[in-house]
Amino acid sequence: MVMRPLVSLALLALLVLAGTSASAQDRYIMVASTTSTQNSGLFDYLLPKFEDKTGIAVRVIAVGTGQAIRLARNGDADVLFVHHKPSEEAFVADGFGIARHDVMYNDFILVGPQSDPAGVTAHDGVDEALRAIAAAEIPFASRGDDSGTHKREQSLWAAADIDPKAHGDWYRETGAGMGATLNTAVGMGAYTMTDRGTWLAFGNKADYTIVAQGDARLFNQYGIIAVSPEKFPHVKADMAKRFVDWIISVPGQSLIARYKRDGEQLFFPNSGGGS
Amino acid sequence: MNPFEQALSEAWGLLVHGDAALFDIVTLSLQVSLTAVAIAALIGLPLAALLAIHRFPGRGAVIVAMNALLGLPPVVVGLIVYLMLSRAGPLGEWGLLFTPTAMVIAQSILVTPIVTAIAHRTLEDFHAEYAEELACFRMSRWEVGLTLLREARLSLATALAAGFGRAVAEVGAVMIVGGNIDGITRVMTTAIALETSKGDLALALGLGLVLLAIALGVNALAFALRALAARHAGEERHAPTALIQKG
Amino acid sequence: MPRDGIITGGVPGVDPGPLGATLDGLGVHRRGRAILRDLNADLSGHGVTAVIGPNGAGKSTLIKVLGGLIRPDQGRVGWGPDGLPPGAVPQAILLQQPVLLRRTTRANLVFAAKRARIARADQPALIDHWLGKAGLSLLAESPARRLSGGEQRRLALARALILGPRVLLLDEPGAGLDPSALRAVEALVMEATASGIKVVLSTHDLGQVRRMADDLLFLNAGQIDALGPASDLMDAPPTKTFDAFLKGDLLW
Repeated sequence: MVMRPLVSLALLALLVLAGTSASAQDRYIMVASTTSTQNSGLFDYLLPKFEDKTGIAVRVIAVGTGQAIRLARNGDADVLFVHHKPSEEAFVADGFGIARHDVMYNDFILVGPQSDPAGVTAHDGVDEALRAIAAAEIPFASRGDDSGTHKREQSLWAAADIDPKAHGDWYRETGAGMGATLNTAVGMGAYTMTDRGTWLAFGNKADYTIVAQGDARLFNQYGIIAVSPEKFPHVKADMAKRFVDWIISVPGQSLIARYKRDGEQLFFPNSGGGS
Repeated sequence: MNPFEQALSEAWGLLVHGDAALFDIVTLSLQVSLTAVAIAALIGLPLAALLAIHRFPGRGAVIVAMNALLGLPPVVVGLIVYLMLSRAGPLGEWGLLFTPTAMVIAQSILVTPIVTAIAHRTLEDFHAEYAEELACFRMSRWEVGLTLLREARLSLATALAAGFGRAVAEVGAVMIVGGNIDGITRVMTTAIALETSKGDLALALGLGLVLLAIALGVNALAFALRALAARHAGEERHAPTALIQKG
Repeated sequence: MPRDGIITGGVPGVDPGPLGATLDGLGVHRRGRAILRDLNADLSGHGVTAVIGPNGAGKSTLIKVLGGLIRPDQGRVGWGPDGLPPGAVPQAILLQQPVLLRRTTRANLVFAAKRARIARADQPALIDHWLGKAGLSLLAESPARRLSGGEQRRLALARALILGPRVLLLDEPGAGLDPSALRAVEALVMEATASGIKVVLSTHDLGQVRRMADDLLFLNAGQIDALGPASDLMDAPPTKTFDAFLKGDLLW
């Protein structure tokens, strides 16, 4: 009588094991990347084509840039694909990666409510835009999570000579990913900085528009690195190399260029490679 | 359409079209959480029986610890399991990170305290009821434990249902140790988190409704089983009401 | 009437002889109060001993001490000529409120049969025998908790007897039963006695004492006030307290 439920649970356990082993084919690589890249939909477009061609499944773990780098440094990923060049170069310099390659770029933008209470759209450069927001003390939502986006945002405030945290509680750090921060910003009528890819794919825009773009300092470069097998012998070096090579050469690059959302191209390939 | 109406229509659309991805996600959620509950039962039920029957030294400490663990935040459990299973960690060689197995491990840790705590309280009650009578039969502690577990089986189903509820609804642990990988470790809660972060609130809510329906279904099943078996076994306690009773 | 069942507990192969009980300086305290105080007595190994006394006299406690459910704080109880402790003697105890398992009537008897280490092959016949004796054959597959009070008491008694005890201890076995239920229970107990089982029962029912008891032990405020052949003592009460009790005049 006690046995019956235990037996059914045991059967379920076997199901799980069967399920996991069926999908546990060895031909896969782990790629540590960022939520912004994931949320843009690029991976859903790109990766099946690589899988069809090579039979290698690409498993993406999409987290914040900081967490992605941490994962790769622990040896929990075969490839690192993020968008913060200084951190990437340090990764390679410290021996964790073989080499860094440019892949593509897009840009960051400032978004805000249609009514534009701080009058940001009247200004040209991103410096003036940020100063306008600080002066008017309109809420600004920051990711505050040490991600690539967040680090860029911090350097922009610094360049504009503003310490937003000292200024007051209009500056709000969510400590969250891009999507969650956008949700929060829209919810509280705050300005925020986001990458264009996430913004175009974002489904909860309400009445928000782009209020600042095009400044050279909003340029957002993506880089890819294969994790070093010298550092981590278990890493799937051959398959990782195939993926990296594919991304930075003609097949990958042309697909990146062709990926559009609502008719707009999100990422601009610039590996300089292509054989 | 307001967001809730939208969500309902999204949920309906998903179910009606028999979306393959949704089916995989739901199946994986059930596999992971049910397995975790099974493991929690294997550990927690005997432990609860032991706590109810045997006043061993250190028992108080175990009970306090168990009750404290009830409040374990899932994300903390996920973090600890990640550190254990990471390649940089002690169990890295097993290569379990970002697999359903890792998710089962994390959820088992999360669920065992709840199953143990509820089962313990139930078995304390049963022990109070049965102890003297079972003593008349000169039973060993082991035999008493097994007898109590069997007698209380219906009430213990509640402990398991509670454990399942906690497992299937949590996102913090499975997100960290599973990685929410499409087709591999994506479950209902992590899928909802993903859609929310993409601003697809209606879809997220729709998935949430599917999750609620599943939780409701499992609890309804547990309740029905309980009621059915209760009728079979004559659950009403024999309360000595009238002074004169029929022979 | 042949005794069925196999001896439980006890030391296999050793016959403890006629199982009378010796109380030696027996004392039990609870929460600073003395429930039983310095009891010294020899109980006969034959027939039925009735333990009677006013509420709170310690009757239930004495039954439980005899059965080994409660360990005395002072003194000891010894069974048989060798003064064996209760655990070493094949006994069965029927509690005042017997707790039946949440299973069928038959399953409750199976439970007892297993405890008595009765061979699987022998169980069905034995169980059917005791179901018949207890008049519960038609209720064998009913949930035990659904039975009436009298039926439950008979089931508990059958469950005790299937253990094959040499000593049967009963705590107010007739309490709350209507006359026909009472008669059924008493009949079972008398059958047990006739087959050689030593019976000690506590009771409030003086009529029951007359009907069933060979000896009686009168407990008052934790001490033995009278002990001896039942009908003699009741016809000629040796103490004023006992006399008052029999008349219903004893104040607590």
